[in-house]
Amino acid sequence: MALSKEEVLHIARLSRLRIEEEDIAEYQEKLSTILDYVAKLQTLDTTGVAELQHAAEISNVFRADEVEGCDEDVRTRSIENFSNREGDLLKVQAVFENRTE
Amino acid sequence: MDVSTLTIKDIKKLLESGEITAESLAGFYLERIKAQNTDLNAFIEIADDVIAQAKAIDVKRAAGEDVGVLGGVPIGIKNNILVQGWEVTSSAQILEGHIGAYDATVIQRLKDAGAILVGRTNMDDAAMGSSTETSHYGPTKNPWDKTKVPGGSSGGSAAAVAAGLVPVALGSDTGGSVRQPASLCGLTGLKPTYGRVSRYGLIAMASSFDQIGPIAHTVEDAALVLSVIEGKDPKDGTSVELPNTTIAELVDTDIKGMKIGLPKEYFIDGIDPEIKKSVMEAVEEFKKAGAEIHEISLPHAEYALAAYYIIMPAEASSNLGRMDGLRFGYHSGGENLLETYSRTRGEGFGPEVQRRIMLGSYTLSAGYYDAYYRKALQVRTLIKQDFDEALKAVDVILTPTSPTVAWSLGEKMDDPLAMYLADIFTISANLATVPAMSIPCGFTKDLPIGLQLIGRPFGEYDLFKMGAYYQSVTDWHEKSPE
Repeated sequence: MALSKEEVLHIARLSRLRIEEEDIAEYQEKLSTILDYVAKLQTLDTTGVAELQHAAEISNVFRADEVEGCDEDVRTRSIENFSNREGDLLKVQAVFENRTE
Repeated sequence: MDVSTLTIKDIKKLLESGEITAESLAGFYLERIKAQNTDLNAFIEIADDVIAQAKAIDVKRAAGEDVGVLGGVPIGIKNNILVQGWEVTSSAQILEGHIGAYDATVIQRLKDAGAILVGRTNMDDAAMGSSTETSHYGPTKNPWDKTKVPGGSSGGSAAAVAAGLVPVALGSDTGGSVRQPASLCGLTGLKPTYGRVSRYGLIAMASSFDQIGPIAHTVEDAALVLSVIEGKDPKDGTSVELPNTTIAELVDTDIKGMKIGLPKEYFIDGIDPEIKKSVMEAVEEFKKAGAEIHEISLPHAEYALAAYYIIMPAEASSNLGRMDGLRFGYHSGGENLLETYSRTRGEGFGPEVQRRIMLGSYTLSAGYYDAYYRKALQVRTLIKQDFDEALKAVDVILTPTSPTVAWSLGEKMDDPLAMYLADIFTISANLATVPAMSIPCGFTKDLPIGLQLIGRPFGEYDLFKMGAYYQSVTDWHEKSPE
């Protein structure tokens, strides 16, 4: 099945990827080839088959909800990885636009 | 001293007898790296404290202290496993400048065991690829023939060990990324059972498949490294308590009566006849030692690659959501937050990574989830059932690791599907969560061939036993390039 230009742009938007106009045709072609290949699953009857949800056959791994603190070195290094910060806080652009201050 | 073919076992003997110090050993490896790495591009960066780490082990040993089971053994680390203070980027532009804030659990365990962390090895961009050509730092070359790929995504780790730049390295395996490069470089590579090794500190690609595993010269070495890195970790909820964590010492080579299954779906036309021949010669070796050979069937094998290329991109698209240009790595500012995300990700992710993120977003999106993602999870159950059923009748399953030997650099770069097909024999083990190991079993056109042994969940011991037996009667694993 061939993806339309609009579909590629929609998926790119869902993926938060800015793609260039001149690359769209290539995405259409390459993504469609892969989707055509994976479509072979449709030929298999899976009625009543459970989904494999957990790779490790364990579920509900609980731990006490306790604040354990963090090694100071780890904390500092994590903060130093921020692209933009104010003191120890991660600084980001406003999430909601058109705010009246 | 020529260190290029030393195993960990050899190294331990040399260090324990005092024939060599950890410091001078590390020096020999650093010299090899200096002489060969520019050309191979196996390592992206060498730690600046390699000699200091080695000296510390020598001091400990001189003082009669316990230096650990890997005391003084140099090891290479794939560039997606966090080491505190190292730049760790998954060889992706989007993580450029990202410094590991903490040690992955496997790293902590290696340090506790006295291993010398030499440096970070090259890999495909965000671990997506089978040739190590999509790396932001350029391709790694196969030491057996520098016009060929080393396999991937852990191609830097495999090339480093094959060239004798380190005796062992860690890789990660999501669909074959440890086993396939091990095969293409003539080495032993293990993907442990899902849950055996903690994923804490491994930059996640597809969380229900990812496992860290060793690439080494011998089965014995791989088993030893596994015994160090394995085991339950409170920081990874999917890691499990193991019944026996000292398997390295247990490896024996008596395989009389072991049942080996040959899945007919894996011995099809389309694989290189020379590969088939080498693998069948290996089967004869096992037969000679008293193993029973059975033809078996894994009826859903032909659907494995399709199921994998739905589930893996879906998980990856979700995991890579955290790479937003704000908390770490590459940042490209836009007018507003949405534009910053889109620019950072559009510029920072390479083409293959973008394709997989888009595939994942598509198959998880409203209207397509049932037809693709849900369906693939059902098929995954069928594939797992095939393995459960087959492994009731046999102890291990034997297949080729890769349908071809190493191919030329650039050959498959424009055809994603052709590249995906390189993993056709390895991905099923990840879907079924079972352990699998590749060992060298021959050569064609002067390039190594590998065979794959697949076992029951947590049945690594059976793989080691078979592999160690094979390596006791053959010398493919002792061959080295040049």
